[in-house]
Amino acid sequence: MAILTYREALNRAMVEEMEKDPSIYLMGEEVGHYQGAYKVSQGMLERFGEARVIDTPISENGFAGVGVGSAMVGLRPIIEFMTWNFSLVAIDQIINSAAKMNYMSGGQFPMPIVFRGAGGVGGRLGAQHSQAFESWYAHVPGLKVIAPATPKDAYGLLKSSIRDNNPTIFIESEVLYGVKGEVPEEEFSIPLGKAEVKRKGTDLTIVTWSRAFLFAEEAAKELEKEGISIEILDLRSLRPLDETAILESVKKTNKVLIIEEGWPVAGFGAQIAYLIQKNAFDYLDHPVERVTQRDVPMSYAANLERETLPNVERVIQSIREILK
Amino acid sequence: MVSSIPKDQKSILELREFYRQMVLIRKFEEAAAKAYSVGKIGGFLHLYIGQEAVGVGSIAALTPLDYIVSTYRDHGHAIARGLPINALMAELFGKGTGISKGNGGSMHFFDKNAHFMGGHGIVGGHISLAAGIAFASKYKKENSVTICFFGEGAANIGSFHEGLNLAAIWKLPVVFICENNHYAMGTPEYRALAVKDVSIRAVAYDIARDHIEGDEVRKVRDHVKVAVERARRGEGPTLIEVSTYRFRGHSMSDPAKYRTKEELESYKQKDPLHRARTELIQAGVPEKDLDQLDQEILTQVDDSYRFAEESPEPPLSQLYQHVYAEDK
Repeated sequence: MAILTYREALNRAMVEEMEKDPSIYLMGEEVGHYQGAYKVSQGMLERFGEARVIDTPISENGFAGVGVGSAMVGLRPIIEFMTWNFSLVAIDQIINSAAKMNYMSGGQFPMPIVFRGAGGVGGRLGAQHSQAFESWYAHVPGLKVIAPATPKDAYGLLKSSIRDNNPTIFIESEVLYGVKGEVPEEEFSIPLGKAEVKRKGTDLTIVTWSRAFLFAEEAAKELEKEGISIEILDLRSLRPLDETAILESVKKTNKVLIIEEGWPVAGFGAQIAYLIQKNAFDYLDHPVERVTQRDVPMSYAANLERETLPNVERVIQSIREILK
Repeated sequence: MVSSIPKDQKSILELREFYRQMVLIRKFEEAAAKAYSVGKIGGFLHLYIGQEAVGVGSIAALTPLDYIVSTYRDHGHAIARGLPINALMAELFGKGTGISKGNGGSMHFFDKNAHFMGGHGIVGGHISLAAGIAFASKYKKENSVTICFFGEGAANIGSFHEGLNLAAIWKLPVVFICENNHYAMGTPEYRALAVKDVSIRAVAYDIARDHIEGDEVRKVRDHVKVAVERARRGEGPTLIEVSTYRFRGHSMSDPAKYRTKEELESYKQKDPLHRARTELIQAGVPEKDLDQLDQEILTQVDDSYRFAEESPEPPLSQLYQHVYAEDK
């Protein structure tokens, strides 16, 4: 078992896939000569050359469109957004071109493209650089949306995303890039759409994904000292969604807390809560609760940012209220 | 066989073929307009009538391996590429036999085999897709060239500038063809373009440019051919502005009251179909022959109308098909 950072795991997944399939290329701002704004593509230019590791000017809409066009004729692009905040200027290409191409052409144009890059909130980056957009993209049929929490998942899910014939939104957590974890030495992949019970428990289920998983883990450890047994379900993939895993866990613990880094209104947690009340209403001992980012743009001020973010304290407090 | 035909004879045959395609586009669209007015076609219907020489001339400069990217006004380009009009009319009628199985409609004709890479509905969004298709040709070391049609309205959107810049820095084999019909929906060019000659924008990206009148089909073909060959030699993109005019409104719902009758009449004097017909007659083609050709086209269009009418709607089981591609 190797110990890799989240960033190294992503790098390894891309390198292995690109070595096998010459139709895969990586494109984005600073992915080549600079070695990646977050160093996810470190060493890849040297390995694959400028034809396959392609630096672009700052023009997200343009190079996202180039990716989509090239995927229409058989290439398998990995398009890196330096951060998902910048994807908003490319969202027309993601939604109006990538997500719909196969459907509106009557199945003539599969879209084997991965859009990936740093996402998530925090770090005092202010309102325009600190946002979680999973819910935005999960809203759109035709897209797959992946948000891994561990290096192992990052590796296995990125490999599946690259191999998938559909447009995949692969949101990495900026905060997780340096986090280390075990990744098996031998090659493997993780199917899209499979959640994982990361921790077994009996008193309450936390449903979460990406970095919020760390809050869940810490809260569970803390509450364990008091004899409270928390189950943590890491969705990993929002589209396709593992509804079965959610319902199984709810039927076991009868109480649910959803943690997400995004805003609450029309957030993905609301969709999960809907599914639970629709399909497991009789199993619920308490209304489904959520811990989310507060419903405001992010403040730069340290204390206000702290107040805005979901965190371990809020998770613990919410669990205590549910279990009261 | 063809080589035994004398050169002037070949050129007459060629013009006759262009004329046939242009008449086919016009008659197809006149039939579509009729179907729209009686509710057989829904949504938007943007007609190409008046602009036929641009699509026919441009596409005549391509080989079957080259790619075409179009806009929401895509009927003319699709017909010029030789897409089957039965499937095109059926698409307009929303039938399962349509070129995009009825999922696309007027604005989204696609034919992968013909390298017809779609009509796209977001103004200018497809310009970077065209750069991407050209990027793939270069990546795969294939000799294909991509041409991309758009209107002058699209020249103001970010995707135009980003697409041209990327195509320029990477010397992509793509020809950008701006069909300047002088109105972006109801907005005349003088209210929207700081510099009215769109082709001048090529200077900003250090790429080749050209500017032509779009009423003479062979002239369009010749100019586009120069750009296509330049792209094929690896010398990068060209921005061509073709000045043209749509005789109808922006779409069927637009009575086009923002322009004068005099203006419309002056452009109708330059009708590319009329021009080609006159040239053919001057070259000795009997008028009777052309009348017969027109009649054959009408029959063909009538057949497509009937085919579309009689075709079944897509099965409801198609609703969830193609949201995702089948697995590899």
